[in-house]
Amino acid sequence: MKNIFLLAATLLFLATTGFTQKFYTKSGKIDFDATSASSPEKIEGVNRTATCVVDTKTGAIQFAVLMKGFAFERALMEEHFNENYVESHKFPKAEFKGTITNNETVNYSKDGTYSVTVKGKLTMHGETKDVETQGKLVIQGGKVNANASFNVLLSDFKIAIPGLVADKVSKTAKIIVSCSLEPLKS
Amino acid sequence: MKKLSHYCITGLFLLLFTIHLSAQDEDLLKLVGGQEKPTKERIKYAFKSPRVINSHSMEFLNPGTMDFRILHRFGQLDQGYKNFFGLDQASMRMGFDFGILQNLMVGVGRSTYKKELDAFIKYAPVRQSTGPWSSPVTFALVSGITMDGLEWADPNRKNFFTSKLAYYFQAIIGRKFSEAFTLQVSPTMVHKNLVQLQTDPNNIYAIGVGGRLKLSQRIAFTWDYSHVIIGMPDSGYYHPLSVGLDIETGGHVFQLHFSNSTGMNERAFITETTGQFGKGEVRFGFNLSRVFQIKKKKHQK
Repeated sequence: MKNIFLLAATLLFLATTGFTQKFYTKSGKIDFDATSASSPEKIEGVNRTATCVVDTKTGAIQFAVLMKGFAFERALMEEHFNENYVESHKFPKAEFKGTITNNETVNYSKDGTYSVTVKGKLTMHGETKDVETQGKLVIQGGKVNANASFNVLLSDFKIAIPGLVADKVSKTAKIIVSCSLEPLKS
Repeated sequence: MKKLSHYCITGLFLLLFTIHLSAQDEDLLKLVGGQEKPTKERIKYAFKSPRVINSHSMEFLNPGTMDFRILHRFGQLDQGYKNFFGLDQASMRMGFDFGILQNLMVGVGRSTYKKELDAFIKYAPVRQSTGPWSSPVTFALVSGITMDGLEWADPNRKNFFTSKLAYYFQAIIGRKFSEAFTLQVSPTMVHKNLVQLQTDPNNIYAIGVGGRLKLSQRIAFTWDYSHVIIGMPDSGYYHPLSVGLDIETGGHVFQLHFSNSTGMNERAFITETTGQFGKGEVRFGFNLSRVFQIKKKKHQK
């Protein structure tokens, strides 16, 4: 009787710690590129403070990024990005909550490169839209590297581009994500 | 039996713990968030430009940028159609301002009015911010010099170069109260080395009140008033008032306004404003500001 309880307790313990391993980072890199073919200059910003958490058991993957953290080469562009386009004072954060749909094909304990499909909801500028993209997970030495890129239509997120600069700013923005995740000790 | 119940309780506890953990999976970000220390963050973009209209604003240029400014003041509106409401006459100032540090900038300019050259340095020891050790206001200091470029009125008398010079010193205390509303107060002292009349004072003290009310994302209503407290000549001179609109279009900021002063540097508009705003002695004017990035920011790749 005693042994059964001991076994049950051990199993439960394993269930809580052994299999629900999560990976995270607070210094993920997200590139934002809205350069159009007729842009006089590159419109791209980079944020190196994105938070990302992956739950290897459920395949859940979530991102959060502070809009003010995007750095642009030109200070005026950064000002316009924050003040006029994404309105970072009103909507300070962008979030993505989704799942790796083919999570079962990824073996997190074995080194290798895995192609994954990520599906979820992206919230930016107060608007939420479904996003689906292909990405890559590279498992190496107990760490996970997550890379993906996708396009978002700025009008989907109610980010207006005034007529005067309509030909200088792309209507879609390319988002490139690259995160190096470490095991989360909970 | 005692032992059995002990295990039972342990098991139950662990079970609860498991449930608790899986419930948390809903928001994974909470697992890693919440430990961030609150950081000091500077309040940015109190004004679209480092000038309210005529006066310096609490805002600074970004380091590595140059602001090329073309300022126009036309003739008085009350001159009617004869002078096309003043548009037939124009006075201008061309200026180059440079952002050196986040809180330090310098600039030079040349006005057609009195062929005057001017230069200034502006520094903010304290900037409005949020977070620990933050300040509710921006405190900035401006020091400037102007040089009259006109010929000597009387070449026969002994003239000194220093007679062409005037100086101004200004403190700016400003606060961006909300995204839409910014207000600043700026006590100013102007010192003129040479004045026209013996009764005219060399030192003029004024207090400026400037502000911005954002009407939309790219358009703002601005006003800029200076009240001369000490040193106002007995007649013929008035307190300068300008009201206008800031319109931002991509890389340019247009400041369209009505003002009773022609002068476009501190000496000129604080001490030599001859128009009476209430009597329609008002001029249309515009400032065109174009910011160039002359030193690229280090791009993190």
